[in-house]
Amino acid sequence: MLNLARKDSFANGIHPPEMKDETSHLAIRRFPFAPLLIVPLSQHLGKPASSVVRAGQEVSRGQVIAEADGFMSVAMHAPASGIVKKIALAPGIGGNMIESVYIEPHPASSQEVEGGEACDVESATADEIIAAIQSAGIVGLGGAAFPTHVKLKPPEGKTLDTLIINGVECEPYLTTDHRVMLEQTADIFNGIRYLLKATGAGESIIAIEANKSDAAKKLQDECPADLPVSIRVCPVKYPQGAEKMVIQSLLHREIPSGGLPADVGAICVNVATTAEIGRLLPRGHGIQERVITIGGPGIKRKGNYRIPIGTTVRFALDEAGAAKDIARVFLGGPMMGPSVSNLDIPITKGTSGITAFTQAQIDEATGHKHIYPCIHCARCVEACPLFLNPSQLGILAKNEEYDRMVGEFHLMDCFECGACSYVCPSHIPLVQYFRLSKKMVRKLSAAK
Amino acid sequence: MSKLSQYLEIGSSPHVSSGASVDVIMRNVFVALLPVCAFSIYAFGIAAALVLATATLTCVVTEHVICRLNNKPTTIGDWSVAITGLLYGLTLPPDLPLWMVAIGAIFAVAVGKALFGGLGCNAFNPALVGRAFLQAAFPQAMTHWSLPLAADRFTDIPGSVLAFPFAEPAYDAVTAATPLARMKFEAIQAENSELLWGMTSGSAGETCAALIFIGGVYLVARNMMNWRIPVSIMLTVALITWIFMQIDPTVYPRPSFMLFSGGLMLGAVFMATDMVASPITNAGCWLYGFLIGGLVVVIRFWGGMPEGVMYAILLANAVSPHIDSLIQPRVFGTGKGAG
Repeated sequence: MLNLARKDSFANGIHPPEMKDETSHLAIRRFPFAPLLIVPLSQHLGKPASSVVRAGQEVSRGQVIAEADGFMSVAMHAPASGIVKKIALAPGIGGNMIESVYIEPHPASSQEVEGGEACDVESATADEIIAAIQSAGIVGLGGAAFPTHVKLKPPEGKTLDTLIINGVECEPYLTTDHRVMLEQTADIFNGIRYLLKATGAGESIIAIEANKSDAAKKLQDECPADLPVSIRVCPVKYPQGAEKMVIQSLLHREIPSGGLPADVGAICVNVATTAEIGRLLPRGHGIQERVITIGGPGIKRKGNYRIPIGTTVRFALDEAGAAKDIARVFLGGPMMGPSVSNLDIPITKGTSGITAFTQAQIDEATGHKHIYPCIHCARCVEACPLFLNPSQLGILAKNEEYDRMVGEFHLMDCFECGACSYVCPSHIPLVQYFRLSKKMVRKLSAAK
Repeated sequence: MSKLSQYLEIGSSPHVSSGASVDVIMRNVFVALLPVCAFSIYAFGIAAALVLATATLTCVVTEHVICRLNNKPTTIGDWSVAITGLLYGLTLPPDLPLWMVAIGAIFAVAVGKALFGGLGCNAFNPALVGRAFLQAAFPQAMTHWSLPLAADRFTDIPGSVLAFPFAEPAYDAVTAATPLARMKFEAIQAENSELLWGMTSGSAGETCAALIFIGGVYLVARNMMNWRIPVSIMLTVALITWIFMQIDPTVYPRPSFMLFSGGLMLGAVFMATDMVASPITNAGCWLYGFLIGGLVVVIRFWGGMPEGVMYAILLANAVSPHIDSLIQPRVFGTGKGAG
């Protein structure tokens, strides 16, 4: 039921300017094929897919070019009809090199997609749906890129009662989920049917923030009567889109530290992922494209684009038009989006947007670069959605006291939302310290 | 190949910030103190103006010189030392010799702040460290109070103020007792109206409770002060006093007298709330406030001195790190909330 009055929210959090008005009303447009598409074999958490094509081979759009290697892996599909130029290393967002399939699309390559084996929601079993989701190459499109089929199967001895469809989209600037909810409403409900059957959950909730009330209304109006789904509108607050936060907001259940949503009987799937399941599975297709927001003051033709996987950031920026004074580009939104250091990295399944800033925004955010000492103002403590103590963690990080950070102050629970850095009046790069500390902790424990 | 020819910079997310800054917070605290200073000059005349100016300037210069001696960039631009200066000045008797004011100011910044490592590291409120030093060094001068609203306050500078350094100050003004001293030694309680509007003698800035309250409300409204600290201090003082008043109203004063007299309002609103020296969690702040409130009552009722706010806050400052290690926020997904 549409319910605006209830306070469905979590404690702490922040309210950064939403900046969504410039693209939220723009319908999704198709993006042209780039002259070269780079499809990394590892676009998800887990094992890379294993390539089944060779250099010089002709591929058609939608054809499987790499198969899942084990359960913690998903398939890859050709984003365009063309020729495989080579299979070689390509740069990733983290500066690492990833084995990738380079495809040169044929000129005027058709948008037609080669079909595979369809999965019918009525006749398929739960295991068949899970297998179909894996072979469709579906991963969390919200940004985490966790293979969706892996979390659908409840762990031994756990039952899932509630399926949460995450349409919160709390990152500033991003409006892809918003547009998908407005334009792929039927696909979403179709996807929910598949997911309910696969998980065995009895009910589902679509979570939306109050700044997308038009999407909430559309979903409400078109909701099929036989589907056990409710639409809940939460007050706008960052980082409500995080799994732990959205489950707390809707179900008032706290996922144990180090635990999974399944520990509280819930499963959380991004709304765009759900729409893709509903769109692709009946046709037997795989993911060859995704919707991203290209926005921010550094972009001339801002908008929401259905973009082929493997398109480089450079091509995307050229097509959307980079402003003269573009100064910083990052994938996703400004709170968690990693900064692009190489324009030739490809858009992958986990890329929810490209945001570009000019010098003016950078100056505004980090212009007064002077870092003051921590004055214990407690703003970070009041911002942290996980009730960590970023002030104390920051001091320990500086002293490289990693054992205390992990043991006493729960460093590994931090999911790097950046709320602490956002509010810090001393401009201490807290979340940046924590990211580095977590890397160090992993490195040190691997060395042992 | 690409039309994009600019250099791009990279940076770690978040790429946006709230725009909050330490110097802005400190400047606001400074501004919130100005009405209190203005009243103090109105009530005590040129003497108070000279004391406040000397206190603030000496503090700022001391910090600047110490930074320079350490070959570090000066930190006076963060405004925190200016607050220390004003607060310190406001805690002093308005006719204190200026050389004493300067010595205490140097001590406040050099020992109370710089020795601990500067802003963010000071265990104690530096202003109170300076005052405590003066209290120990010059007990007589520190308990000599002039009457407010003296007729000649804007024309004459009291002789004591301009006393030659290290000479015995000669007081020419009429000596007055503070409301707390009168309570303690003569069992006379001042009226609420006198206390609220500052028509009593006392330190330069502690006499007008109403203006201090307004400054506090301003800072709380701008999220620059944790309201729990002054509220818990005042609740604790009021509650304990009320209990004792029920036992024997001839010995123990009424709660409103306790709240509005002496340095309680100034201490609770502007000194105990020093972010650096107070606990970081809200629960810790309540406990810290209870502690200060309890100590204030104990010192005022049974201590040798009529006033105890300064020592109560300094003691609680010392306990604050222990409160922080005792009370940490309950991490999401741990303890009884999980599951």
